[in-house]
Amino acid sequence: MSTENLTPDVAHEIAVGEASTKKVRRRDERSPAMSFLLHFGLFIALVWSLVPPIWAFLTSLKPNDQAITTELKIISDPSLNNYVHVLTETDLPRWFLNSIIVAFFTMLIGIFLSATAGYAVSRFRFPGHKQLMWSFLITQMFPMAILIVPIYNIFARLGLLNSLGGLVLAYCTTAVPFCAWMLKGYFDTIPIEIDEAGRIDGLSPFGTFWRLVLPLARPGLAVTAFYTFLTAWGEVAYATAFLTSDSKKTLAVGLQTFVGQFKTEWGYLTAAGILVTIPAVIVFLLVQKNLVAGLTAGGTKG
Amino acid sequence: MDALDLQVADGEFLVLVGPSGCGKSTSLRMLAGLEDIDGGRILIGTRDVTHLAPKERDIAMVFQNYALYPHMTVGENMGFALKLAKVPKDEIERRVQEAAKILDLGEYLARKPKALSGGQRQRVAMGRAIVREPQVFLMDEPLSNLDAKLRVQTRTQIAQLQHRLGTTTLYVTHDQTEAMTMGDRVAVMKDGLLQQCDTPRALYDHPTNIFVAGFIGSPAMNLLEVPLSNEGVMVGGTLVPVERSIIDEAHKQGLRSVTLGFRPEDTAIETDETGIPVVVDVVEILGVDAYVYGNVTTPAGPVEVVVRGSGRFPPKVGDTIRAGISQEHMHVFNPSTGSRIGD
Repeated sequence: MSTENLTPDVAHEIAVGEASTKKVRRRDERSPAMSFLLHFGLFIALVWSLVPPIWAFLTSLKPNDQAITTELKIISDPSLNNYVHVLTETDLPRWFLNSIIVAFFTMLIGIFLSATAGYAVSRFRFPGHKQLMWSFLITQMFPMAILIVPIYNIFARLGLLNSLGGLVLAYCTTAVPFCAWMLKGYFDTIPIEIDEAGRIDGLSPFGTFWRLVLPLARPGLAVTAFYTFLTAWGEVAYATAFLTSDSKKTLAVGLQTFVGQFKTEWGYLTAAGILVTIPAVIVFLLVQKNLVAGLTAGGTKG
Repeated sequence: MDALDLQVADGEFLVLVGPSGCGKSTSLRMLAGLEDIDGGRILIGTRDVTHLAPKERDIAMVFQNYALYPHMTVGENMGFALKLAKVPKDEIERRVQEAAKILDLGEYLARKPKALSGGQRQRVAMGRAIVREPQVFLMDEPLSNLDAKLRVQTRTQIAQLQHRLGTTTLYVTHDQTEAMTMGDRVAVMKDGLLQQCDTPRALYDHPTNIFVAGFIGSPAMNLLEVPLSNEGVMVGGTLVPVERSIIDEAHKQGLRSVTLGFRPEDTAIETDETGIPVVVDVVEILGVDAYVYGNVTTPAGPVEVVVRGSGRFPPKVGDTIRAGISQEHMHVFNPSTGSRIGD
């Protein structure tokens, strides 16, 4: 019997049956090989990024003499001795405080300067507007390292060497131009009519910035906050060059003292390293809830 | 923008209309204080506001894209100006509630703008203006982001609302239908210059120049440059009689040809040979009426004209029809200056 003699309904059913046994792959489905490759790749990436911190964490729990061992055991008699040691018998708490002060003020001043500067270049046209934008960009092109000597000389003359305030200033010089440029881009996405509506409703220019534009730029500000904080938190070169006395050292500088000429205190170093990550994680958690899209949705158009 | 001189009466609804780039929005923004002016003065009432900040001008503005504050609720959006003006809380509350009632926004006061439809956002933008009870409303194409049906609806609502509140209103649009239906008076602008400012009726019946004649009315007025004779004008080989006084005036201006204007709705297809000959190109049947698009021969070549015909018995494409023009609705212009001849 040929299909020509069948009613259209039956013919349709046969056609559907054939299609389902063949199992046609749809556009959004992967082949098994593709799927394996993808998951394998992701697994490698996961191991790559997780093993070092886990290793460091495990090492920090081991007695110092076991840090480098050929034993295959993952960990034997874990203890917090390394943590107790670095927190009580070294200057770590002092460095910690210094780092927090420097990072916090870099973040605060950095956000304030880059937000106001970014808003100005986003909204106002003034003589030197273009030049200012260029200078923001060009300053990003110099590696931080080549600025150490000139900044050192300037700071020496101004008496800012070996001071945390000086370090904040140095970090701001690198963070602010980048952040101002970034925030300018963010402010550009906020319709200017919102500013104008604010002016008509009775806001001063600063009021417009403070009450309308800043709340709408929260995601941009969050990224700026995190970036400026990290700039200062993990920086080694400037801090090493500009800070001389022990009491002024930041964490990044202080940690180097655990690395001796002949022996590295792996236990202390990893314990301190784990402690260092904590504030960065806290700042990230505080900031990430502001990383939401679509804050300006609904303000304009239909 | 050049030397715009406009007087708006108290409680009047004045519409600024013109093609894009004619300076109508700029004029409005100057009045709002968002744009600086090089010279001249701006008076609101008897108060000189030329150099005052927007907030000191006692105006409220409705923006084309609404410009609501996305991070505030509808209620906060509407009450924001009052809050800044340090109006007591219960007074703000009362005025916001009142405006919400007028605009039918009562149940949305606690919502953020993004949870509203386009039409509702538009009403919030209106509400923000109403709540302030200002001396002047400024509206910059407030309907252009709505769909066609909602636009017609809202058009009537705004006109009613303005009538009820009696607040002087300046309304900018590029849509001549909006201008004609909403305005007490309409100011037509082009290239930064005011062309004519009058009631919709007067603009329609007595356009002061060729631009206004062509801009107001839909479908647009037919405009053709035709030779002048002693009794009238020659159109496609037919003499169209023109009022004596107009011919005299045209001769006085030394013209040998004039621009004749007539609206499609002021024409009729005639059965005898008195009308002007039109070769039919396209027929648009709208129901009882039909618009006939065709060509008339003029010395400068064929010109397209639109003639009104019957929708039930439309002419056929390719036919030559005779279009009669009623003499009292005829407009004659000076082709070089564009200005109207006669009254």
